[in-house]
Amino acid sequence: MSADFLYLVEVILNGLMAGVMYSLVALGFVLIFKASGIFNYAQGVMALFAALTLVGIQTGQVPFAHLINAIFGTNVHHFGWQVPTVLAIALTVGVMVLFAIIVERYILHHLVNQEPIILFMATIGLAYFMEGFGDIMWGSQIKTMDVGLPSGGSLWLEEYTQGWAAEGERYYGMYLDKLDMVASLVAIVLVVSLTIFSQYTTTGRALRAVADDHQAALSVGISLRTIWVIVWSIAGFVALVAGIMWGAKSGVQFSLSLIALKALPVLMLGGFTSIPGAIIGGLIIGVGEKLFEYAIGPLIGGATENWFAYVLALMFLVFRPQGLFGEKIIERV
Amino acid sequence: MTEPLQKMEAASKLLELKNIDLSFGGVKAISNISFDVMEGEVRAIIGPNGAGKSSMLNVINGFYHPQQGEIWFDGKQRRSMKPYQIAYQGISRTFQNIALFKGMSVLDNIMTGRFTHMRKNMLWQALWKGPAEQEEIENREFVEDIIDFLEIQAIRKTPVGRLPYGLQKRVELGRALAAQPKMLLLDEPMAGMNVEEKEDMCRFILDVNDTFGTTIVLIEHDMGVVMDIADRVVVLDYGRKIGDGTPDVVRNDQTVIDAYLGVSH
Amino acid sequence: MFYRESGDFKKTYQKDSQTFPIKFDRMRYYFVLAVAFLVIPMFLTDYMANAVMIPFLVWAIAALGLNILVGYTGQLSLGTGGFMAVGAYATYKLMTAFPGMDMVTVILLSGLITAFVGAMFGLPSLRIKGFYLAVATLASQFFLVWLLNKVPWFYNNSASGQISAPEREMFGVIITGPHATPVAAYLFCLVFAVALAWLARNLTRGRLGRSWMAIRDMDIAAEIIGVNPLMAKLSAFAVSSFFIGIAGSLFFSVYLGAAEVTEAFGITVSFAVLFMIIIGGLGSIFGSFVGAAFMVLMPVLLKNVLVGGMGWPTDLAAHFEYIIVGGLIIIFLIVEPHGLAQMARVLKEKLRLWPFPH
Repeated sequence: MSADFLYLVEVILNGLMAGVMYSLVALGFVLIFKASGIFNYAQGVMALFAALTLVGIQTGQVPFAHLINAIFGTNVHHFGWQVPTVLAIALTVGVMVLFAIIVERYILHHLVNQEPIILFMATIGLAYFMEGFGDIMWGSQIKTMDVGLPSGGSLWLEEYTQGWAAEGERYYGMYLDKLDMVASLVAIVLVVSLTIFSQYTTTGRALRAVADDHQAALSVGISLRTIWVIVWSIAGFVALVAGIMWGAKSGVQFSLSLIALKALPVLMLGGFTSIPGAIIGGLIIGVGEKLFEYAIGPLIGGATENWFAYVLALMFLVFRPQGLFGEKIIERV
Repeated sequence: MTEPLQKMEAASKLLELKNIDLSFGGVKAISNISFDVMEGEVRAIIGPNGAGKSSMLNVINGFYHPQQGEIWFDGKQRRSMKPYQIAYQGISRTFQNIALFKGMSVLDNIMTGRFTHMRKNMLWQALWKGPAEQEEIENREFVEDIIDFLEIQAIRKTPVGRLPYGLQKRVELGRALAAQPKMLLLDEPMAGMNVEEKEDMCRFILDVNDTFGTTIVLIEHDMGVVMDIADRVVVLDYGRKIGDGTPDVVRNDQTVIDAYLGVSH
Repeated sequence: MFYRESGDFKKTYQKDSQTFPIKFDRMRYYFVLAVAFLVIPMFLTDYMANAVMIPFLVWAIAALGLNILVGYTGQLSLGTGGFMAVGAYATYKLMTAFPGMDMVTVILLSGLITAFVGAMFGLPSLRIKGFYLAVATLASQFFLVWLLNKVPWFYNNSASGQISAPEREMFGVIITGPHATPVAAYLFCLVFAVALAWLARNLTRGRLGRSWMAIRDMDIAAEIIGVNPLMAKLSAFAVSSFFIGIAGSLFFSVYLGAAEVTEAFGITVSFAVLFMIIIGGLGSIFGSFVGAAFMVLMPVLLKNVLVGGMGWPTDLAAHFEYIIVGGLIIIFLIVEPHGLAQMARVLKEKLRLWPFPH
C-alpha cells in the first residue's frame, strides 16, 4: 500500500471519530426534539456547564468563589479536597437532573403551546443564561478535564501499521487518538442503551407516546411534566458525556459551547427526530469536512472546516428537506 | 326549482373537469371524476367523510396536481399552475379550518385579498406618498364596501385572533371576496356554526351570488342547507362520482341514498 | 385627558391609516425628532457619542433589517453578522477603489450589494422552513466570514487582514477615519436611521408588507390570495439585507473605523441583533429601536454600576451581562412574546381609556 493511501485512510478514520464527537452533542438535541418538539439550542452550553460542574466538584472548587470574593472581599477558591471521579460524576448527574427540573418548572411550563420558534428562542436565552451562570459559578479560566481517560496517540497502532507502507517510502504509522477511540466506544454504548431504554421500558414507551402526540399521551394518563423532566435529565446526562469527551480532548472552556453549532448541520443531515440519523449525520460531517480540508482545503486557503458542514447541510437540505432519516414532512392543506 | 335551471341554460361553462385522477403514493383520492360548473351558479359538492371533496377543491385551486385529466377554466384548458397563479385567474377560496392571518387586523386581512389588484412596485411603496398611497386608498374603498356588506364595521381594526369563530369565518369570506373572484370555492363554510350563524352565512353566500354574479362551489355537510341554496349538486363517494344534478334529482337517487344510509347486505 | 382620540374624527382613509393616529403621539414623534437633531448634538460628549448614541443608531438599523425578515416575514435568520460584514467590506472596497465617491452613495451601494448577497442566501428559504432555515442561514454566516477572511482582495492584501476606513467628509466636516468629529458622525447615522425607519414603515404598511405578513402567518392562505412565496421571501431577504448591509457599512466606517471580520462580525453579532428584536418586539419598527437601545445601554449601565459603583472585576460584570440578557429573553418570551413595543401598546390602550378601566 502506498503511503498516500494510508494517509487517506487515516484522514477518514480521524474524520469518523470527529464525527462521533459531533454525534454525541447531536444526540442530546434529538432526544429533546423528539419528546417535546423543542429545538434545544442550549444543548452545547449544557455540555459546557456539565463539564465545568464535574471539574469543579472533582477539584473541590468553591462555587461562586469569584462572586463571593467580589462582594465580601474574601479570597476563597478551593475547599482543599479532591472528590473521587465516580462520586463527582454522580453528583454532576444530580446537578443536571436538578437543572432539568428547574428548566421544566420555570421555563417550559410557562411556554406550553407556544410556537416552536418562540421555544427555540427561549432556549437561546437559556444558553446565554447558563453560560454566564456557569462562568460565575466555576470561573471562566480554561480547566483540564482529568477523569482517567487515556489520551495521546496509540503507539501500538502506529507500530503495527508502520510496515503497511510500500518498501522504501517514509511512513511512520497511523496516528489515532486513544481518546477518540474511547469516545467512539462510549457513543456506541450510549446509543445502544438509549435504544433499549426507549424500546423496552415503560418510561421509554411513555416517551415515545409523548413524542407522537402530546394530547393523546395526556389523555392516557402520562404526565407531560414528568416526561419533560426525564427527557431533559437524559439530555443533561448525554451533555455530560459529551462534555467529558470534549473537555478531555480540548480543555473545558467557553468554545465548548460552540460545538452546539457544529451539531446543527449534523441534525440537518440526519433529521431532527432520528437517533441513528444523528450518529450517521455526525459521521458524514466528520469525514466530509476532514476529506474536504485534506483534498481541497489547501487550494482555497484552508480552514474550510469552519463552514463546510453548514454548506454541505444547506445543499443537502434543498434536495431533501427532512434529512436522511427524518420523517417525511407532509404538508396538508 | 325551475328558475335556476333556466339560468343555467343561458350561461356558459366556467369550469369543466374531465376525467380527473389523483393519487397520493398508492392511495387513490379521486378516480375519474368529471363535472362542470356553470357561470353564475351555486354548485355543491357533497359526500361522506373521506370522499375526496376537499381534494377536489385542492385540485381546482392548484394545491394538488392530478395525475390525469383536463381542467378547463373560462374557455381555456389550464396548464399545470401554482396556486398563486390561479389566484390571478380569478379563483379564490376559504378553508375548512380557518386560514386567516392571525397577526393582522380584520382590515389588513381583507386588504391582503386585494393583492392581485394592486400593481405599484416596491419603489413606489417605499416612497408611499403619491401613487402607492393613492392605490392603497382606492383599494381601501373597495374593502370598506365588503366590510359593510358583511356587517363587520365595528371590528375592522381588531386582530383576527381575538374574534369568535363565526366572525372569523365571515372575515375569511371577506378576504376571498376582496379578490373579486370569478369563482369562489367554499370548504364547509358553515361547519361548527349554530343555526343563526348558518342562516347569516347562507344569506351572504346567496347575496354574493346574486349581487356580484360570482360562481360558487361549496362543500357542505348540512343537507338542509345544500338542498336550499345549491343549484346543482355533485355527490362523491370513495373518490368516485355517484350522482350529479339538481337537489331534487340527487335526493331521490338510489345510489346516493345507499351511500349515505348504507346498503344492507 | 390629554391622550384622546374622541373629537379627532378621521374623515378620509388617508387620515385613518396614518402612522400616528393620535395627536399626542404625533406631537411626541416630532418632539423626539427635534431633540435628536437639534438638542442632542449640542450636549453630545465624545464618550456619549461613541459608547451610546452611534452604536445605538447602527444597531437600530440592523435590528430594523432583521425585524423585516424575522418579525414581519417569519423567516428566522442567524446570518446577520455575515451580512453586516458584506456591507462593511463593500464599503471598504468602494471607498478605496473610488476615492471621489461621496459617502452617502458608498453606503447606499453597500446596502444594495448586501441586498443582492442576501437574496442569494435567501433562495433556500423556498424549500426549507423554521429551524432548518435558521441553520441554513448559519451557513451564510460562517461562509461569508470565512470568504472575507481568506480572500486577500477583499482587504486589499493588508498584512494584518484588517480593513480601516479612510477619511471622508460631508459638507466639509470629517465623518469617518480617526479625525472624525463625533457630532458629525452621530448626525450622519441619525439621518440614515430616520430615513430607513421611514422606509421600513412604508414598506410594511402596504401591499408588500402585507404579503410578508401573510407568508409569516399562513403561507398556504397567502398563496391562494396570489402571493408568490418565492418573491415575497426573496424580497424580504433583499430588503432586510439592504438594511443590515447599511448597518454594517456604518458600523465599520463611522463607528469602528477599523475592523477584522472574524472579530467584528462573528456569530455573536447575529445573536445580539436577534435579541434586540425579541426584547424590543417582533414585527415592530418602534421595537427595533427600543431593543437596540436596551442592548446598548444595558452593558454600559452594568459596567458603571458593578465595576464603577461596586468595584467588581470587569469579567464578572460581563458574566452578569450574559445572565441578565439570557434571563430577560426568557422572561420576555414568557410574559410578552411581542416585546417592549407590545407593552408600550398596551400602556397606550390603557392611557386612551383612562381614567376608566374599559
